[in-house]
Amino acid sequence: MENLKALAYELRENVIDMIVEGKAGHIGGDMSVMEILTEIYFDQMNISPENMDDPDRDKFIMSKGHSVEAYYAVLAKKGFFDIKDVIAEFSKFGSQFIGHPNNKLPGIEMNSGSLGHGLPVSVGMALAGKMDEKDYRVYTVMGDGELAEGTVWEGAMAASHYKLDNLCAVVDRNRLQISGNTEDVMAHDDLHERFRSFGWNVIDVADGNDIDQLKAALDSAKETKGKPTVLIANTVKGKGSSVMENKANWHHKVPNAEELEQIRKDLAAGKEAALHG
Amino acid sequence: MAKIANKQVICDVLLEAAKKDKDIVALCSDSRGSASFTPFANELPGQFVETGIAEQNLVSISAGLAKCGKKPYAVSPACFLSTRSYEQCKVDAAYSNTNVKLIGISGGVSYGALGMSHHSAQDIAAMAAVPNMRVYLPSDRLQTECLMKELIQDDKTAYIRVGRNAVDDVYEEGNVPFEMDKATFVTEGTDVAIIACGEMVKPAVDAAAALKEQGISATVVDMYCVKPLDKEAIVKAAKGAKAVITVEEHAPYGGLGSMVSQVVGSECPRKVVNLALPDAPVITGTSKEVFNYYGLNAEGIAKAAAEALK
Repeated sequence: MENLKALAYELRENVIDMIVEGKAGHIGGDMSVMEILTEIYFDQMNISPENMDDPDRDKFIMSKGHSVEAYYAVLAKKGFFDIKDVIAEFSKFGSQFIGHPNNKLPGIEMNSGSLGHGLPVSVGMALAGKMDEKDYRVYTVMGDGELAEGTVWEGAMAASHYKLDNLCAVVDRNRLQISGNTEDVMAHDDLHERFRSFGWNVIDVADGNDIDQLKAALDSAKETKGKPTVLIANTVKGKGSSVMENKANWHHKVPNAEELEQIRKDLAAGKEAALHG
Repeated sequence: MAKIANKQVICDVLLEAAKKDKDIVALCSDSRGSASFTPFANELPGQFVETGIAEQNLVSISAGLAKCGKKPYAVSPACFLSTRSYEQCKVDAAYSNTNVKLIGISGGVSYGALGMSHHSAQDIAAMAAVPNMRVYLPSDRLQTECLMKELIQDDKTAYIRVGRNAVDDVYEEGNVPFEMDKATFVTEGTDVAIIACGEMVKPAVDAAAALKEQGISATVVDMYCVKPLDKEAIVKAAKGAKAVITVEEHAPYGGLGSMVSQVVGSECPRKVVNLALPDAPVITGTSKEVFNYYGLNAEGIAKAAAEALK
């Protein structure tokens, strides 16, 4: 198997290129979510450009749609489109690579961007699988700030009501949103208990930027029957460079020349450590 | 045949189709009784989804089902479906191009005395403003049946609004002139054109009969397809008349009247009078009492038409 830890750093480099070239992007959340997407797309899911029309393949909804740059990097690596095109066109006039997922692009199921939609839509997809007695699994990734949306909890209620064990949600728990610390903006530090009380199987991933821990949690989710599973993946916003890590002002930011140089160095070092560390 | 409500027809058509097509799924938000969908839920429980009182979830779940090959019909009171779930209708249904049919029941002021929270007087404006969203307001049970049989065959998003109670037939059983996305000319006249949608079509037809007795010849256009709007029909009706009257069970802004005025203003300028609900919470009463109060009845329409010709 490919070294997914190193791959996550390579994809981060793609994201930086995209954001610098497009002069826009939700950089902090792209960095925090990268291992989650990498493990789901390159290890867990049965999905590829060749099997998109197969009704039995797995499904994915990027509920935290603003981390679209990370999603583009992953989809390009999977072969859905060319990363060079994304880097050249992202956010530019007339581009198909807009700042939130759009299903006119191959590989993307649903348009997202407005938060709190991914889980309810995933419930519908998982329900269809149950109705047709199919084995596919449905994954969705949400941000932690997103959990203030009431519709997340409407979806959570329905997922357990319909015993959707083919549904797995992952919360990118990086603890920062655009206005600051999630606990100051709208506290939900009892997240695990909240999901449990909604009837979910809850798995805490101590380090949500660790591929091995994510793999163990997602493997375990597959074995859980009769209820949906949520991973609370504790990640670091801006993961990969000290320039960005744990800084709320890097929610949406384009690095200047000096910052960029340091970020590139840090990401190269991260990749090197993953390969040989 | 005994009169039945348009929403009942929708259930009947879907239930028959769903017996042969397991991908047809009906979803309700604790609304199966008021939607007349209890027979569907009882006969095909495996093709019925209850979301509880959660209209936003209703639409998003429908979109997810559609994405996986199902043909979902989200059935809920129009007031909640169109505005509480507006963003889900916009993003998950229309923008994501999913085959979700949104059935708004008890639309307009059907819930009469229950107040503005239960009235949907904004749904035409709201839904028509969304790219990729079609908007239909059928006039009677016979046209509703024709419309649903067409909609079942396509795979695009649509919003359909019907009222709560049975309404008088506009058309004759076995002889319903219907072409998808083309307005129906119920009568053709030479003095005034009355363009109406939904449950306002029947009083418009009755108004035309009253006008005839006064020597005024009226065209009545049933614009059940509010979007895509049948502009050709509007131009044809307006060109053959001295004035145009629009009638709708909707707020005065952004509905059928606004749309017709845009077309007439640019294509064949004529005087256009918009009859609609007021820009205010409506007076308390049954829907019939409300219509009578605001002149949204045959008498009011005929009076407005006669005055427009003066």
